[in-house]
Amino acid sequence: MGIEVEHVSKTFGSFKALDDVSLKIRDGELVALLGPSGSGKTTLLRIIAGLETADAHPAAVVRFHDEDVYKRSAAQRRVGFVFQHYALFRHMTVFENVAFGLRVRHRSTRPSNGDIRQRVERLLSLVQLSQFARRYPSQLSGGQRQRVALARALAVEPRVLLLDEPFGALDAKVRQGLRAWLRRLHEEIHITSVLVTHDQEEALEVADRVVVMNNARIEQVGTPEEVFHHAKTEFVMEFLGQVNVFRGRVRNGKAVLGELTVDYPQYRDDAERPATAYLRPHELRIERQRNGKPSFAARVTRTHSAGSLARVSLETPSGAPVLVDVSLEEFAALGLREGETVYLYPKNARIFVPDGASGAMNGDYVI
Amino acid sequence: MFRRTASTSARALPGFGLTLGYTVLYLSLIVLLPLSALLLRAGGLGWDQFWETVTHPRVVASYRLTFGTSLAAATINAVFGLVVAWTLVRLRFPGRRLLDALIDLPFAMPTAVSGIALAAVYSPHGWLGQVLEPLGVKVVYTPIGIMLALTLIGLPFVVRTLQPAIADLERETEEAAASLGASRWQTHRRVIFPSILPALMTGFALALARAIGEYGSVIFVSSNLPMKTEIASLLIVSKLDQYDVGGATAIAVMMLFISFGMLLVINGLQRLASRRYREAL
Repeated sequence: MGIEVEHVSKTFGSFKALDDVSLKIRDGELVALLGPSGSGKTTLLRIIAGLETADAHPAAVVRFHDEDVYKRSAAQRRVGFVFQHYALFRHMTVFENVAFGLRVRHRSTRPSNGDIRQRVERLLSLVQLSQFARRYPSQLSGGQRQRVALARALAVEPRVLLLDEPFGALDAKVRQGLRAWLRRLHEEIHITSVLVTHDQEEALEVADRVVVMNNARIEQVGTPEEVFHHAKTEFVMEFLGQVNVFRGRVRNGKAVLGELTVDYPQYRDDAERPATAYLRPHELRIERQRNGKPSFAARVTRTHSAGSLARVSLETPSGAPVLVDVSLEEFAALGLREGETVYLYPKNARIFVPDGASGAMNGDYVI
Repeated sequence: MFRRTASTSARALPGFGLTLGYTVLYLSLIVLLPLSALLLRAGGLGWDQFWETVTHPRVVASYRLTFGTSLAAATINAVFGLVVAWTLVRLRFPGRRLLDALIDLPFAMPTAVSGIALAAVYSPHGWLGQVLEPLGVKVVYTPIGIMLALTLIGLPFVVRTLQPAIADLERETEEAAASLGASRWQTHRRVIFPSILPALMTGFALALARAIGEYGSVIFVSSNLPMKTEIASLLIVSKLDQYDVGGATAIAVMMLFISFGMLLVINGLQRLASRRYREAL
């Protein structure tokens, strides 16, 4: 196992940043910690790095490759840590920044000057910055600085690589490029890596597995496909991607969601229970006529087709907003006008019935 | 000449001519004019007489004492001012704000007051003096006393210039150093110290300049003996007392040149220390 964390909690004053979190990360895996700010993802990363100490707990454990590092300081853990704001040494050249971790080693393990030079040059070519070796950090762009920071972290041959919102301070275009580049780099060097981000797109695109965090706890761990298409909790459903939310009730195998009534065989009880249905924008179909299948009416408020999909904003008679994605061909065929009323047919929905005496009953509704 | 450049090139900020004119006029009245008068006055003396005055053994001894004690005091302040500034910025302890306010006291105190205070504490009958005296350490009426007085008045310069520089240090840079395997000591020596070195040098230069010009507190803690404990400023005053205006001016001009030269060197070193990473900011 690459990284193991067990029973880790952290409180800052009266604020609970982490609440008994356990997590296993496989060897060579790239895992994203995803969550809103204040969810505890950065705190968890800093505890793994040893930059923060967890609350004392007899069962608390942090292991790297089956070796207990819980009691070790950050300097002794041999982690590569990349900060959001680069944290480069601004009085040193790019070369000296990358060489730092080797130069501060004890004499007995420090490589010779020639070896250091070779290794730094190899790393600089890995991050495509060879020609900038003699520059100072202030002379580089944000994306270049972050690549220097990455080379510096890799120079000490870390056992794990930890990245704290590494692209958070960069603009969208640079971000996109670096994201793809990081993924390629990971395929090349295969180091166990943890990436903290609040950007779901980044997490879903780069990571092998995504850990969704909320309120100091882990909500769900899974591949990007699993967390996106098979969300286990309402939070994950709402946090990842756009989603339409309908509140209603379930009873006798039926779910009543406003004007929409669908079959819900998972709940056959007589007692009525509140329920919430989640429909992604691509899980609704727009038709001009009713055809007998479950559907509801909505008025088109806005359309825009400047993208690979057309997005239609609608409003139900009760005023609830609904988003629907349709393909550009379908959008052209429909010829929607703002203000007209159409019918929406759910293709798929996830219905959550909150925990009660009979336990959770979450299920898919599929037509 | 600059009028034309100012009016021909379009500038985003208005009032270039006015502000520059004001700055030049102000500096001329306050700084350049008195200095020119000083040089002119010394020029009236004639080269031979000037040289004879400024190389007189008593005068040379006073220069040596003034610059020697000033350098020592500024160096002490650089070391302990750094410790004080670090403590005030980085540590949280009860009474921190009070301590912080105390730093400014030497700024505000009339220098005669600090002189009397030091004399009271370190004189052979003072609190510390009566302890040190039997050990053979004389403070008051010796160069050590002068150095002590200069250290006291120079401290706020070092602390106040270092505080913002230390507060500006990114915590993350230190964490980065730690995660790369650097010990606390290595982080301080290789990462923190080079970052605050320019500010430290500025503080040192200010404290030094202040010490060279100090007069009030020194005459209270020094025995003011010619060749032994007589500082240059005192010598100028005593020359004036003897109506030897030319001699006083000559000593003053010499001090002006030495001070100017020292500041120039320090400025150059400082530029060297900060040039690398400031230039492109």
